[in-house]
Amino acid sequence: MFNQKRGLAAAALAVTLALPGVSHAETLTIGLPAEPSAIDPHYHNLGPNNAVRRHVFESLVNQDEKQNLGPLLAESWKPTGEKTWEFKLRKGVKFHDGTEFKAIDVIYSACRIPNVPNSPSSFESFTKAISGFETPDDYTLIVNTDSPTPLLPTYFANWGILSAAANGVTGPIAYDKADCGIKNFPSTADFNSGKATIGTGALKFSEFVKGDRLVYEKNNDYWGAKTEWDKVVIKPITNAAARMSALLAGDVDFIAAPPTQDLDKLKSNPKFELSQGLSNRVIYLHMDQFGPTSNGVKGTGKATAKYEGEGPCASKECEKNPFLDIRVRQALSKAINRDAIVSKIMGGVAVPAGELLPQGFFGTNPGMKHEAYDPEGAKKLLAEAGYPNGFELVLGTPNDRYINDAKVAQVIAQMFTRIGVKTSVNAMTKSVFFKTRNKYEFSIYLAGWGAGTGEMSNPLRALVGTRSKETGLGGTNRGRYSNPDLDKKILTALATVDEAKREKILQEASRQAMSDYSILPLHFEVTTWAHRKGLTYKARADQYTIATGITSAN
Amino acid sequence: MLAFTIRRLSQSVVVLFVMSIIVFAGVYAIGNPVDILINPEADIAEQEETMRRLGLDKPIWTQYGLFLSNALSGDLGNSFVHNTPALDIILTRLPATLELAVVAVGLAVIIGVPLGMIAGLKDDSFIGRTIMTGSILGFSLPTFWVGLILIMLFSVSLGWLPASGRGETTDLFGIPVSFLSWEGLSHILLPAFNLALFKMSLVIRLARSGTKEVLLQDYIKFARAKGISDARIICVHVLKNIMIPVVTVLGLELGNVIAFAVVTETVFAWPGIGKLLIDSISNLDRPVVVAYLLLTVTMFIVINFIVDILYSVLDPRVRLGGSN
Repeated sequence: MFNQKRGLAAAALAVTLALPGVSHAETLTIGLPAEPSAIDPHYHNLGPNNAVRRHVFESLVNQDEKQNLGPLLAESWKPTGEKTWEFKLRKGVKFHDGTEFKAIDVIYSACRIPNVPNSPSSFESFTKAISGFETPDDYTLIVNTDSPTPLLPTYFANWGILSAAANGVTGPIAYDKADCGIKNFPSTADFNSGKATIGTGALKFSEFVKGDRLVYEKNNDYWGAKTEWDKVVIKPITNAAARMSALLAGDVDFIAAPPTQDLDKLKSNPKFELSQGLSNRVIYLHMDQFGPTSNGVKGTGKATAKYEGEGPCASKECEKNPFLDIRVRQALSKAINRDAIVSKIMGGVAVPAGELLPQGFFGTNPGMKHEAYDPEGAKKLLAEAGYPNGFELVLGTPNDRYINDAKVAQVIAQMFTRIGVKTSVNAMTKSVFFKTRNKYEFSIYLAGWGAGTGEMSNPLRALVGTRSKETGLGGTNRGRYSNPDLDKKILTALATVDEAKREKILQEASRQAMSDYSILPLHFEVTTWAHRKGLTYKARADQYTIATGITSAN
Repeated sequence: MLAFTIRRLSQSVVVLFVMSIIVFAGVYAIGNPVDILINPEADIAEQEETMRRLGLDKPIWTQYGLFLSNALSGDLGNSFVHNTPALDIILTRLPATLELAVVAVGLAVIIGVPLGMIAGLKDDSFIGRTIMTGSILGFSLPTFWVGLILIMLFSVSLGWLPASGRGETTDLFGIPVSFLSWEGLSHILLPAFNLALFKMSLVIRLARSGTKEVLLQDYIKFARAKGISDARIICVHVLKNIMIPVVTVLGLELGNVIAFAVVTETVFAWPGIGKLLIDSISNLDRPVVVAYLLLTVTMFIVINFIVDILYSVLDPRVRLGGSN
């Protein structure tokens, strides 16, 4: 638990100073690379917050370590029509303040979600499809939606349930999309202080000291399997070397994202162990497929048409965009030796990608292989496309966002150069990278995508759907690939409640996106956790660190 | 003195104003916080809605105007990331850094001054030369590396001290401090020493040259002639006279330590404001960055002021000159 020598010293001192004695409670201390921005479960829809939220605030539906859905506060659910769902809620669940969990708490939580002031990333995307609730009894919840929403159970796995009674609402709630007539929801500060941090989870909130620690206590009245930890302390240690040394020194029992160069050292140390698992995060290349010209491309000659629309080429002279030709996109894909990147750069902790989600996830095509390395074929394709002597490119990449991001980009640049496409790398810190990317200044860039829903519609919708405010597609499609036929498939899938049908459409859409080389998937990250010997962690595909998933082996 | 004070205060206001513009524009130029903060899964409509909610859709000058009018009424804005007042975030993290800085400067003085005096008194001896060579290491070794080595030695190999964090704090007049409990002390020792190393070397060098200079002065010879013991000469007459340059430099360094203890705080995961600044810059949390730098400038102004006053306490000539 703690370092033995120091533990003895502390114990001796505790006796002499008559401080409260060292308790024998089981404490688990975790070091994480990022801190949640707040404890409020509805404030910030982003990884660190979503992971931490699950300790205290449970949702109706559970997403297990492979992102498969399962019962949590809801015991079962089924669609009862195209636009209605019935959730059977679990009985006998108590909030941390003793009040019982009922259907009204779900409605109350849905009402609060659009009413979190200054939310930097709202959870509304998970609730905006809901048009109304019906509660035939306290443990049955009928959810009506505006349009067919097959992903509703997944959405319900993404937001935590507050207690209505603990926040002063006891009567029935008339749901609407504004505020349900409730005027004073608890503020984000109320959650950070612990006042409103009352959920149903296996851990109870104890203390949050921003920048230093987040402390939980065991919930002895938990409805499900109780956690073995009496106390869980989560410490933000942003620097990887410092996180690693905290683990070596015994300050923490468990860390997320140990530095890749230290993994071998940890493996050979008998006091520590690793837990690893394939994540849903794909690293990919996006290529500018918008206008007749593209920024940063050289040696392709003058374009015949004029560039119109958003981007740097609207105001300055750019050369012809080679990526509009599918042969060029295919040539670049063939030029990349994905196996070499995985074994040499990623140290084996990655899997080459042939689609936007790893094999086995909903909507992937079984047996789909990644593009084979074929530099000769690539050269031939380039010559066919009219670039026998290649051209020049700048590859944009962040250098502090994904595992080894800038290194991978360097290697890809060399691989491109080998087939005659002279490529230089423009690596930058993530804040500058995202801004530059969003202004369309890259003709080609490296980035990553983790599918929160764990199924194929998610990456297709965001990365290859045509950018449009109306359809909601293409939110992160900064390559601006556009294919109306593919859009139609994605939108159909998003409105098909029948599971089997939806899976088929998604598989087809994924195949189409890949064969059109709309985007070049590189590899899937393998997430690593390091901990002292004797602990185990079921590696999660969503890369979350959740204390209740950590167990001691005996 | 009064005219001087007023002039200096008005200069400070101009500095604060200009700096707020530079920082505001600088952070704006780096990027858009929403690109970092929002879940990438948000569609275009949600991205625009978030920009509107945080007031980032307005032109930069409107945003700056809003900031300025709020700042004049004492409100430096809410953090984009945490949705709590930027000033509150800084002030809750400030005690950790202040404590670290004070302990570090304290260590620098307690260790540095005696060592420097020994080096000055026994200039040509083995000890003197060892101390001076050692101080070169203190100057030249990078803080980041030293920090990690300290952790590897004292935390990982020997297991004497914890590697990171602040540990349990004790409240002193409502302010959480570490130095009152053993656990807190054990946490602060390594980062404070790491931070102190550079200052210590500085103090050793100042104290040594000061000692060598003072020893040749007439009043020392006179004290010797009067038969005053060596101990008293060194501890009173020499010590007092070498402290003036030490205080000047440490005054300025204290500001540096408080504002830019970033590296040490990062290595030791110390929850201070240096770490807050780095996190805020990488998240483009503009209100916090602006408030932080405004606060830093104010702090430097105040410290310089205090140093001026300390002079007059240490050196009667400054005091007497001031009253003329």
